[in-house]
Amino acid sequence: MDLNTIWFILVGVLLTGYAMLDGFDLGVGGIHLFIKDDKERRILLNAIGPVWDGNEVWLVTGGGALFAAFPEVYATAFSGFYDAFMLLLFCLIFRACAIEFRSKEPGRLWRRSWDWGFSVGSMLAAFLIGVAMGNVTWGIPLDENHEFVGNFLGLLHPYALFLGVTTLALFMMHGNIYLIMKTEGALQEKLKRWVKITIPVYIGCFIIFNLWTIFACPHIESVMHKRPVELGIVFVLALLVVANIPREVHKGRYFLSFLSSCAGMGFLMLLFALSVYPNMIFSNPNPANSLNIYNGSSSEGTLEIMFWIALIGVPIVITYTSCVYYIFRGKVKLTEESY
Amino acid sequence: MDVEILSRIQFAFTIAFHYIYPAFSIGLGLFLVIVQLFWLKTRRPVYHNMARFWTRIFGLTFAIGVASGIVMEFEFGTNWATYSRFVGDVFGSPLAIEGLYAFFLESGFLAVLLFGWDKVGPYTHFFATLMVCLGSHFSAVWIVVANSWMQTPAGYYLAEKVKVTADGIQHPMTAALAEGTFTIKEVPLPSDYIVQADQLDNVRAVITDFWAMVFNPSSVDRLTHVVLGCWLAGAFLVISISAFYLLRKRHTEFAKSSLKIALTMGTVAALLQLWSADETARGVADNQPIKLAAIEGLAESQTEAPLGLFGIVTWEKDEEGNITGINESSLKVPGLLSILVSGEFMDMQKASEVEVKGLYELPSDEFIKSRHPDATPEEIAKIRPDYWPEVPVVFQTYHIMIACGMALIGITILGCILWKTGMLFKLEKKWVRGFMWILVLSVFIPQIANQAGWFTAEMGRQPWVVYEVLKTSEGLSKAVKAHQVLSSLIGFFLIYTLLFFVFLYTLDRKIKHGPKDDESIEVLPEKWQKLVKVEHGPTLDK
Repeated sequence: MDLNTIWFILVGVLLTGYAMLDGFDLGVGGIHLFIKDDKERRILLNAIGPVWDGNEVWLVTGGGALFAAFPEVYATAFSGFYDAFMLLLFCLIFRACAIEFRSKEPGRLWRRSWDWGFSVGSMLAAFLIGVAMGNVTWGIPLDENHEFVGNFLGLLHPYALFLGVTTLALFMMHGNIYLIMKTEGALQEKLKRWVKITIPVYIGCFIIFNLWTIFACPHIESVMHKRPVELGIVFVLALLVVANIPREVHKGRYFLSFLSSCAGMGFLMLLFALSVYPNMIFSNPNPANSLNIYNGSSSEGTLEIMFWIALIGVPIVITYTSCVYYIFRGKVKLTEESY
Repeated sequence: MDVEILSRIQFAFTIAFHYIYPAFSIGLGLFLVIVQLFWLKTRRPVYHNMARFWTRIFGLTFAIGVASGIVMEFEFGTNWATYSRFVGDVFGSPLAIEGLYAFFLESGFLAVLLFGWDKVGPYTHFFATLMVCLGSHFSAVWIVVANSWMQTPAGYYLAEKVKVTADGIQHPMTAALAEGTFTIKEVPLPSDYIVQADQLDNVRAVITDFWAMVFNPSSVDRLTHVVLGCWLAGAFLVISISAFYLLRKRHTEFAKSSLKIALTMGTVAALLQLWSADETARGVADNQPIKLAAIEGLAESQTEAPLGLFGIVTWEKDEEGNITGINESSLKVPGLLSILVSGEFMDMQKASEVEVKGLYELPSDEFIKSRHPDATPEEIAKIRPDYWPEVPVVFQTYHIMIACGMALIGITILGCILWKTGMLFKLEKKWVRGFMWILVLSVFIPQIANQAGWFTAEMGRQPWVVYEVLKTSEGLSKAVKAHQVLSSLIGFFLIYTLLFFVFLYTLDRKIKHGPKDDESIEVLPEKWQKLVKVEHGPTLDK
């Protein structure tokens, strides 16, 4: 395996980590507005309170790794999706500040405004991330210097929008399951009822999305002929873990259902990676201009240095992140230091 | 307005806003570590209450710092895509390392610091504080390293990307070859190669020596300077709020203890900053003489160069509006600049003979000739101002920074004298109250100095984004249009203005709410209670 492939995997791991972790707190944001009671809203906020900030770092580090390992891909994607990324930034800023400020003041208007900031910011962020992924899957118009030559409206085609919806549904379900784990009593009962909606909605989206991809993306269909076994296995595994989510919820094993949901995301990303590899940004309508892991990467020197740096850093990060999650395990209790 | 100026304004605006908060949280982080050490050592409740209260303030600055910080990382790709393609091989690494080694550390342990009081023991909690402090310093390290590389690039070469087929023949990147039949290679360009905007598509900087990139000629000086600036920002936030409590006669013991620790921290940082400023300026003289000439408004090269204290610098322009020279009038100390630049403080005679280059000779004729081979000597003089930064602005921002630095040294030393003579807390005296009010307002001084210093550093290197390698105008995103940048700029302006007022409002509320009363220990988690010593140990107050 060459360094370029290793870095393709590493960036993928970071972005998958982001989806699994920030996925649930974005989802909690999506659910936030549907909970009406102030105390219950605070419980929601404090369920993600100690960890959302760390979760977002996965995006920052993913972005940094993309910059270091695949600068062309980073530059093309970020400048090409300019408006979408700016909107995403506004969402993330608003949301972060809403979490921090909401409970600082008891005023009705104050809390209402931040509630909206938090919830709409979270949902829109989830949606935009999905739209961006959808565009990468579908392909965007690039010229021979890998510059994006389309426009913002061109990025809003039905397929990408639908992946946006699917992502939102996925994150809402993921957040819903996480919240069931972290809450108790009446609130938990309410959330248990909702999961009967969020899970089927996501599974429906998941199936439609996969069919749409197979029938409407010729370049992905052609990959299916090239790697039928790998893709087949991963697809079956993805189906199994997704199907396992409602089963575990039904049996009341919420942690396992949360893990299944995480695994579902992992397999989805793997499916995505396998169907685009070695391309990173597919050029549509002119595939010859696509950016792949070779023409979009840094020099071998940088890839190697960064590989050693990541090899030392990633295990350390995972260790203490796990410790933090362990410290804050169990049901949410509101204390003086809570949001 | 065009994409270039809009993108520059956007970057300057977003980073200037962002830079308020990390400065607070880096300084406060160190303060928290010190306070917690006092707490663990003396077990006096007041230190615990201090740790609690200042952690809440810290959390506030940290949250906005994080929220506004993500923007910077995205902006390299969104607004400066050509720059990112060109330097990604070198510049991407420090950013990625910051994420992996600093950002994760801060935000992971921040959870324990903010919410872990009743979940972990005091030593684990202290460890978390230490890690957050360390993480935020690491953040500064890698960001300043990345920025310093742009100021004084090192450890890289320029190369062209080519496609190499199996038979060893090199083809340009634009050649249409079947996928899989070639590999991509970087071919080093000659050392005198000059980047041309139209060849940027396949030319880029390639790293040769990672550590030379990290320890480029300006990293260490600038890092020291920035970190000390952050310590001052944090210390003076504490000083300001404590002085306010003392004036209001609230939380007196708490405020005295906080003020003493922060004043000590501020004094040390202010004095170290004097030394660091001198080192940094000398580094600028060696590596970026144009920047040095600009910050002093020095037009003619001269020995016994004077140091300006304050004054006015304006452009001299011809009828067509082209810059032809500079007018400078300021109050000067003769010869001091030469002395400072030479570092010969003991041998004034030798020092004053050191020549400092002025803008009329910078950049050198050879440099301009290398970029404009056909220019006649007359044309060279005309071209020269194109390579100058915005001198009037750089001059003023630099002098604002110096004035702030001097003010901080004055305030901290006076504060220490009053403390040691026992006058500091005699608030019945009118002039002591006056000094307290100065302390209350002093929170702005390090912030102004940090901002002004940052503007000096960044505007002083214009028109370059990578010093003497790549121009700022060449680093823009080609896929982005002016109206897009304008609308995002307006968006940032609105959001940041709102956030700034929310920050001030919330900070004000927190200050009014204040810490727990001085000797009350009721906030202490039950399992920590046994740690409190009943008899009071030695304290700073006595």
